[in-house]
Amino acid sequence: MKNAISPDEAAALIPDGSVCLIGGFMGVGSPHRLIDALVRRGAKNLTVVANDTAMPGKGIGKLISAGAVTRLIASHIGLNPETQKKMISGEIEVELVPQGTLVERIRAGGVGLGGVLTATGIGTLVEKGKQIVEVDGKPYLLEKPIKGDFALIGCKQSDYYGNLEYSLTAHNFNPIMALAGAVVIAEPQHIVPVGVISPDDVKTPGVLVTHILERAI
Amino acid sequence: MEDKDIIALRVAQEIKPEMLVNLGIGLPSLVANHLPKDVHVFFQAENGVVGLGPRPPEGMEDEDLTDAGGGFVTAMPGAASIDSAMSFGLIRGGHLDMTVLGGLQVDERGYLANWMVPGKMVPGMGGAMDLVAGAKHVIVAMVHTARGAHKIVERCTLPLTAVRRVSLIVTEMAVIEPTEQGLVLKERGPGVSIEDIVKATGAKLIIEGDVPEMQLN
Repeated sequence: MKNAISPDEAAALIPDGSVCLIGGFMGVGSPHRLIDALVRRGAKNLTVVANDTAMPGKGIGKLISAGAVTRLIASHIGLNPETQKKMISGEIEVELVPQGTLVERIRAGGVGLGGVLTATGIGTLVEKGKQIVEVDGKPYLLEKPIKGDFALIGCKQSDYYGNLEYSLTAHNFNPIMALAGAVVIAEPQHIVPVGVISPDDVKTPGVLVTHILERAI
Repeated sequence: MEDKDIIALRVAQEIKPEMLVNLGIGLPSLVANHLPKDVHVFFQAENGVVGLGPRPPEGMEDEDLTDAGGGFVTAMPGAASIDSAMSFGLIRGGHLDMTVLGGLQVDERGYLANWMVPGKMVPGMGGAMDLVAGAKHVIVAMVHTARGAHKIVERCTLPLTAVRRVSLIVTEMAVIEPTEQGLVLKERGPGVSIEDIVKATGAKLIIEGDVPEMQLN
């Protein structure tokens, strides 16, 4: 059984300078109350690993606007002009990673793989500085694993053990990131008694989850 | 007919029943509107759904169900919601039958550049590199020129999306098939002459015999 903690308690656990894997795709499935609490706390110098930075005023976009992020690993920042501006001014160091490579790097970090070999990015700017490994005559890029100090997860519901269920396109990076954070904080929309979520519907076993965010008031 | 409708209508003819198809944001997304009613396909949105459906009625949107552009969508009967690892596993593992993407440039080798204009537009590649590297068929759907400037060129000057020969280029002026020998002109747009196409193309076209006009009914 886990204890439910408040968003502010959760934000206080995340020191400045942490590497945070944050779920969500254009804000869909992001842990919104946790993000708000990090902004409230005035978090600084975070490395954020996420698919995208949503848009100003939404999801991870709020952390960008608040100046909480100095390093970003993402696949797409095109819908957030602030991220692009801060990248150009040098305020945020941005590493752009193909989306499929990004999720596999996080998965590799979470499941104990030394990296992944992928054809994506071969012959493009993504190849720069990376080792090329030939397997059965085909070239692949060696992409290294990504791990986080924290994984901040948005989900549909959690039971008291932290078993998580997700909804529709709000899955996205969340179930994968839940494997790759040293500390995993889940923000469920609903908390339900053990047994409500069928074992078949649990996508993240509670053993992976460190903290559950208390119910929204 | 508007240029974009000509393109969407012609691309729709390439889609065969029961295919798994991923449509890019913008012009490519219009292709779904031109699919014959009796052709059943699965559309994938890479943020996490196979069996994407049209926009929901006003006021009936689910905030956990969007497409890769962040717009509200529905899920068709038989749909599956998936996480990003599964979604890109489908793309990178060769399970995606077709992707339709926009283009900035395509060259004589059939290589596509569509993710970045250095110094001007650096949105990140999102899923584009994975899609071009992994899909069975890659169709580039784009207007033939950018305000007079050639988009079909001898060699791409913009950063490549992948070093993979795309399957087909469909514009309002022409259908062009990249082959080992070069770019083969297969069809002309409505009322467009071969001379018009040659003038609007910055690459060598292989023209064999009569080039038929697109059949768009």
